[in-house]
Amino acid sequence: MPKKLQLRIDGEMVSALEGQTILQAARNSGKYIPTLCYLDGLTPVGGCRLCMVEVSGIDRLVPACTTPIQDGMSVSTTSAKLTRYRKIMLELLFIERNHICAVCVSNGHCELQAMASQMGITNVRFSYNYPKLSVDQSHSRYVLDHNRCILCTRCVRVCAELEGAHVWEVTSRGIHARVQSDLNQKWGESRGCTNCGKCVQACPTGALAEKGWAVEEMIKRNDNITVLAHRKGAGA
Amino acid sequence: MKRITIEPVSRIEGHAKITIQLADDGHVAKTDFQVTQVRGFEKFTEGRPFYEMPGITSRICGICPVSHALASAKACEAIMAVRIPPAARNLRELLHCAQYVQSHALSFFYLSAPDFLLGMDSDPASRNVLGIIRKHPDVARDGIELRKFGLQIIESLARERVHASWVVPGGVNAPITPQTRDRILGELPEAKAIAHRTFKFFKAVLDDYTDEISHFGSNPTMYAGLVDQKGSLQLYEGALRFRSSIGEIIEDQIPAEEYSQWIAEATLRDSYLKAPYFKPVGFPDGVYRVGPLARLNVIENYGTPAADAERKEFAQRFGVPAHSSFLYHYARLIEIVYALERIEMLLGDSRTLDEHVRAKAGVNALEGVGVIEAPRGTLIHHYKVDEQGAMKWTNLIVATGHNNLAIGKSVQQVAEHFVKGDKLEEGALNRVSAVVRAYDPCLSCSTHASGQVAVRLRLVDSRGELLDEVSN
Repeated sequence: MPKKLQLRIDGEMVSALEGQTILQAARNSGKYIPTLCYLDGLTPVGGCRLCMVEVSGIDRLVPACTTPIQDGMSVSTTSAKLTRYRKIMLELLFIERNHICAVCVSNGHCELQAMASQMGITNVRFSYNYPKLSVDQSHSRYVLDHNRCILCTRCVRVCAELEGAHVWEVTSRGIHARVQSDLNQKWGESRGCTNCGKCVQACPTGALAEKGWAVEEMIKRNDNITVLAHRKGAGA
Repeated sequence: MKRITIEPVSRIEGHAKITIQLADDGHVAKTDFQVTQVRGFEKFTEGRPFYEMPGITSRICGICPVSHALASAKACEAIMAVRIPPAARNLRELLHCAQYVQSHALSFFYLSAPDFLLGMDSDPASRNVLGIIRKHPDVARDGIELRKFGLQIIESLARERVHASWVVPGGVNAPITPQTRDRILGELPEAKAIAHRTFKFFKAVLDDYTDEISHFGSNPTMYAGLVDQKGSLQLYEGALRFRSSIGEIIEDQIPAEEYSQWIAEATLRDSYLKAPYFKPVGFPDGVYRVGPLARLNVIENYGTPAADAERKEFAQRFGVPAHSSFLYHYARLIEIVYALERIEMLLGDSRTLDEHVRAKAGVNALEGVGVIEAPRGTLIHHYKVDEQGAMKWTNLIVATGHNNLAIGKSVQQVAEHFVKGDKLEEGALNRVSAVVRAYDPCLSCSTHASGQVAVRLRLVDSRGELLDEVSN
């Protein structure tokens, strides 16, 4: 049985089990920390940097989803600095690719859009990259639109950890990074893909979607992934 | 040589300028109607999944997004090779008719009525919809109410007034409820009463504009529009018919996919708007017009009693085919009457309430054409896709494009008649803009094109003499 630890989150004393992350401790005690790449049931990677929090005694911000709690830790989940940084994170996600909500299958059901709305982002202060990106429509049931991908790697993780197919991987670095199927083959030619669609359901934006849905029609169910993951004991 | 530039042409949808060149004796030597914006839809949709096209192309316009969504969905359905359920077909026409009411009301009351009601020569500072609200509040109220009626139908069906995503390839994504039907039917009598009142005042002011009727783009042209097999008006379905300037049917029952045998597009040097022409006649003589007046000229009848009675009266007064572009306003009002009648008929059809409203399919053809009658005229969406459904090529021919050559000729005629170089009057220049408004051009729609962009730089000295010219 893991040891119980005591910590403060936004001044409130909470107890959590040793080995849990700040995010888990916060959620278990009803505290909200914004996330995008995190999906309960999958191994956290700390990629989106939205869950950054302040910890007393540490002079840098730490990601709540990957930082284990320590006894006596004091965590702040909100501050002017955190809000500013989180907004910048989101704005940088928007400028990196072509997120045109109005014509997106996930408009109204998109975690990126919802997060921006919740953070009160009404404009983006940086200039857009407008990269020319491809849309992989080779799969018979699904479509991958790199324009809408935020590289959260949920698809990579759900495919590897839950489906066991390990079709998705990230290729290249920095601004050139892309998710790819198998060894950079077209998705429709992937021999590893089982057509299960877990990657589509896990994707927070319209980057992975079922074929044939029009604007606003792609509604995803990632709660099933969490249920399945906990049943199988996968993830953190 | 003196040059007059009207820029921007006001109370139209989009951006345009008109250049009038006067000869030394003060007479109009040459006019140019130039569209000064570029959109690029045909280019940036390359590579997108075809089923996204209704959502993307409806963004071409904020006034008639329904038209683009419908033409696009029809092109997608040609690619899917499906027939949509009868309820979806009826609901789409219902949505389309609602859009006719709101779009025509916008053109008539908001954009053009300031010319008829306040006078072509009235103070330009108040010659706008606010001037109408001050001087003719009843008419303004009617215009707002009629537009609201149309927009509310769109909202009740599609959940949003502008850029709704209800029209999807294969049908629509939600059926109509009996409550919505009953509410629309309840509001219909008032909308009809407004249309009736508007007609009454419009017919009364017509006599003040005999000069405009005679000289507002009254050059005979061919006309094009969609008709059913009996020659009755079709806004959503039907096949293309061309009628000559003396009223003979030149071509009839042209199916959507064969449009390119009859219509070709020329690229103009000085405008972002291409100029479609009737292919058998060639460019630039193959001028034809589309839109309300063209439809009135092309059809045998509207197929609804009140609109047909109005057409009969129109024919007695002006003859059919009628050529004056001023009469576009008249034809627009008849179409409001027609749309209101069709709304009633469609809501009375028991199939409209059926809950099966969507057909599903993948890519079954690599090419598809969708044609409808948008409020401003025939709208063509033509797509080519690869076997996975990615867009490879797009061609859109938008109503205002068809009318491009005719608008140019109308501008020339009005300028020649009303603009005198020795005595320039604002009212005369307003008439030049007003003839453009008669077509209710949607330039933001029609300049979706990409490719050969005409750019021309002209260096002129203080006297207007051309010193140098560079073009691509």
